[in-house]
Amino acid sequence: MSAAITNKVPPPGDDVRVVELEIPSDVRFIEDVVELIRHECEVMDFARGQIMLNVPVALSEALSNAILRGNGEDPAKHVHVRAEVDTKRLVVEVGDEGDGFDFDAPSADPTTPENLQREDGRGLFLMRALMDRVERVDGARGSVVRMTLNRE
Amino acid sequence: MSFSIKKEGEVVVVDVEGQLIVGNRQELKQKVLDELERGEKKFLIDFSQTGYIDSSGLGVLVSLSKKIREQGGELRLANLNDDLKTLFELTKLDTLFQIADTRERALQSF
Repeated sequence: MSAAITNKVPPPGDDVRVVELEIPSDVRFIEDVVELIRHECEVMDFARGQIMLNVPVALSEALSNAILRGNGEDPAKHVHVRAEVDTKRLVVEVGDEGDGFDFDAPSADPTTPENLQREDGRGLFLMRALMDRVERVDGARGSVVRMTLNRE
Repeated sequence: MSFSIKKEGEVVVVDVEGQLIVGNRQELKQKVLDELERGEKKFLIDFSQTGYIDSSGLGVLVSLSKKIREQGGELRLANLNDDLKTLFELTKLDTLFQIADTRERALQSF
């Protein structure tokens, strides 16, 4: 699915790398976006665990939330991604064209014994656990989730 | 990303190659459920060739574990790398699954 994914912003230099792209509301595009952004983190010498776990899992969650819940898999809607990576941190924004999801609603702790056998409810938990900061910001078209990870 | 299934003795062994994420989790679920329907009872999922797993991938593992148990079967996981171990520890799913360091140990544990 990589043909449709093109970084709109060529690398400006060695100090900061910017990835900006949009994908259709289709979960099959998630893997390619994740690869693109974690490659930039690799270039900026992020820790191996951050490249193998924190970035791919948190980003995968944000993208699937935007595709499935924000855009409701509507083929007419897109998901917008902007990532800025330097030697200090990754800041990545994932925006949908819908109402987003109820980001601030109190969510059940998926690690308690009564919730451990649930199939769902771990997405936002993982984003928060694997990133230093996760926040909802205003977007032009819909809901935007901004995640920040400081380089180890 | 793909899944390969083979039989080792009485155990159905599934290798997860690449990621286990929202885009392919149903494929894994269906493959294992098909084997369960055929009467298989012992399952081992090997993650030695796995990249990352997202929340929906974890959800499928939880679901399969329940369905296998309901049919009187057993599920073991093996070969989680350090990052996958961290993921299971974060979500406390390391307490829900029987996880072996190697495929051989997992096979012996049935």
